[in-house]
Amino acid sequence: MDKLVISGSPHVHQNTSIPKLMYMVVIAMIPAMLVSFYMFGLGALRVFLISVLSCYLFEYLIQRYLIRGPITINDGSALITGILLAFNVPSSVPWWMMVVGALVAIGMGKMSFGGLGKNPFNPALVGRVFMLISFPVEMTRWPKPIVSREYFSFAGMDDKILDTVTGPTPLGKLQEEGVEGISESSGYADMVLGQMGGSMGEISAIALVIGGLYLLYRRVITWHIPVAYLGSSFALAAILWFADPTQYADPFFHLVTGGLILGVFYMATDYVSSPISAKGQIIFGVGAGVLTIIIRVFGSYPEGVSFAILLMNAATPLINNRFKPKRFGHKPAKAA
Amino acid sequence: MKTLKTFKLGGIHPQEYKIAADQPIEVLPIPKTVDIPVAQNLGAPSKVVVKKGDQVKTGQLIAKGEAFISANVHASVSGKVKKVDDVLDASGYKRPAVTIQAEGDEWEEDIDTSGEIKKEITASQQEIVDKIQEKGIVGLGGATFPSHVKLKVPEGKTAEYLIINGVECEPFLTSDHRLMVEKGEELMVGIEILKKGLGVEKVLIGIENNKPDAIKHLSEIAAQYNNIEVHALKVKYPQGGEKQLIKALLGREVPSGKLPIEVGCVVNNVGTAYAVYEAVQKNKPLIERVVTVTGKKLEKPSNLQVRIGTPVKDLIDKAGGLPGDTGKVVNGGPMMGKALTSLEAPIVKGTSGVIVFPEEEANRPPLKSCIRCGKCVAACPMGLEPLYLAQLSEKELWERAEENLIMDCIECGSCHYTCPSGRPLLDYIRVGKTNVGQMIKNRGN
Repeated sequence: MDKLVISGSPHVHQNTSIPKLMYMVVIAMIPAMLVSFYMFGLGALRVFLISVLSCYLFEYLIQRYLIRGPITINDGSALITGILLAFNVPSSVPWWMMVVGALVAIGMGKMSFGGLGKNPFNPALVGRVFMLISFPVEMTRWPKPIVSREYFSFAGMDDKILDTVTGPTPLGKLQEEGVEGISESSGYADMVLGQMGGSMGEISAIALVIGGLYLLYRRVITWHIPVAYLGSSFALAAILWFADPTQYADPFFHLVTGGLILGVFYMATDYVSSPISAKGQIIFGVGAGVLTIIIRVFGSYPEGVSFAILLMNAATPLINNRFKPKRFGHKPAKAA
Repeated sequence: MKTLKTFKLGGIHPQEYKIAADQPIEVLPIPKTVDIPVAQNLGAPSKVVVKKGDQVKTGQLIAKGEAFISANVHASVSGKVKKVDDVLDASGYKRPAVTIQAEGDEWEEDIDTSGEIKKEITASQQEIVDKIQEKGIVGLGGATFPSHVKLKVPEGKTAEYLIINGVECEPFLTSDHRLMVEKGEELMVGIEILKKGLGVEKVLIGIENNKPDAIKHLSEIAAQYNNIEVHALKVKYPQGGEKQLIKALLGREVPSGKLPIEVGCVVNNVGTAYAVYEAVQKNKPLIERVVTVTGKKLEKPSNLQVRIGTPVKDLIDKAGGLPGDTGKVVNGGPMMGKALTSLEAPIVKGTSGVIVFPEEEANRPPLKSCIRCGKCVAACPMGLEPLYLAQLSEKELWERAEENLIMDCIECGSCHYTCPSGRPLLDYIRVGKTNVGQMIKNRGN
């Protein structure tokens, strides 16, 4: 001992770091990834690889040649963006669209604001919505689970075959044919397990919930956003359903279909783009839940999770500004 | 089963490492020389009343507190005053101190040095307050606020509860724990004295649930007294903060910028209650205290009864010597204590522990960008937003820092502890508090 280290308190720190938190999120996504491999086979593997590798590559290139700052691709956030972006597309999406999506997610969604911590929007959702608007046909062609998997190769799938093994998502059916359309679709058990059309990562509610519970257990996320989001979307769907069950789908249908569970646990809870206080997070969750159902029921898109979360991301600075944590030693009225 | 009380807002659960918890208090031999700083308490420094060459006895007054918030300082050993000069204190600043060369251990005659426990309280309320002032008793929980000042309830306020803080929520520290287990009888007399001095009826003792032996022991003794309740509390840092402790025990919130008396409470640490016992019943000034010397690599983590002014080095030697890989030595708890610049620094009235950290734990985790995860907000026991306060300080936006209640910060360090990006949030907030405090002061003039 030559010299003593002098630093301010505290002198002990929680055994945590950004990569540790990020890799726990990755672990939580493994069950849903496995389901997508099972349902879509090589098609899913192909999309995952392209998405993740592109995200790493673009983050590296931008940091190395445009920003010329430190390279932080090992912090795990590019990996999460890559997986989430893949989760949000159909398994049949052409490889080059995936590359474009990754460029938009990492480049526009994250790096243009200064990198991790500075982005106002969830990068994966920026990429996903960009793809949805730019490539509406390819982004809404849904290969049927299990049936389609034998036709996939690493190159993708022949368009002619593809047309024969695709089908609508339950939400798409609801949009097109109304409540009668979904009555004959697959049962709840199938839907919960992932036996339905949809984006690769969103189909199995059960796999997503397992990962979500893991994140809650490891305290990577708190209950506020998931509970507020699930609760509000369920409540609004239930109100509509009670009002007119012939016109509106039941609330359980809304919970297990589309990207709701995926959004609730993995995208709305993104640290950077969601509010910082518990109170703010509840407002955020409620807002996202209400917007999701409104877009699904009254909008022209069958699914509203991505748009709802992005809209609430935009409202986050305002929420942070307006809804302060409960202060100690201040009367509630004075808290703001 | 009854759920244990705790405070609601924020808080963290650092690993406890109470490795010295089972070590009985040992008396550290008297050092060769002691450096006794004359400003050991919150408030004004005291005036030195001895000079170089004087012979002093153990317990003799050497510096007199003259301001309203100040405290007397006494010789902790007998011997010759070697010098009255500035010495490096635990924070690395030069401060005036009296250095005494120890010769034997001759106590002032009026101090009762017998081990006999004196339970009967004969002193009147005024005599109690005067005695506590005379004997230089300050808060031993770390803030070192002169204790006699706390007993003078401001006009217009009433004290309803005396709260005794036996929480010891800092990891590693066990000195209060040992005191409660070994000196329970004396402690309880000290509490009775404080109760009388303050003129309150009700006493609540708060102890965290990780000290079941202390809870059991004090509960048994408390049963012999009236209106003294022992409460086991759920373990959560910073429950030893007085605002958090009052909230946990009574559900009352001390308003921002106010003292506990605002909600009818006066809080004293168990160590203080023991010192009060010794002062009033034994006529003994505050010249020694229990200090935990600990660390994961230390050979013999110990709880030592130490004379004020003893160099830190003596304590570490007693605990088996400084391990070769030591990187940092902290004066106080790991959450709020200060890193020592030198092992020659003296133990003072406010020193509750000395913690030795190995090299690999001495440095802070690497610094990354804030990812706005909100973990610091969730951890803050005062309901603040440490990430914003740190940003505002960094940008020197003092007015906005004030609006965002930077002065409410109790500097518990939970924000920096919990940050996954290793951001030194509390460092920035301290700078901000200093500047905002100055700004408020200037505004008043």
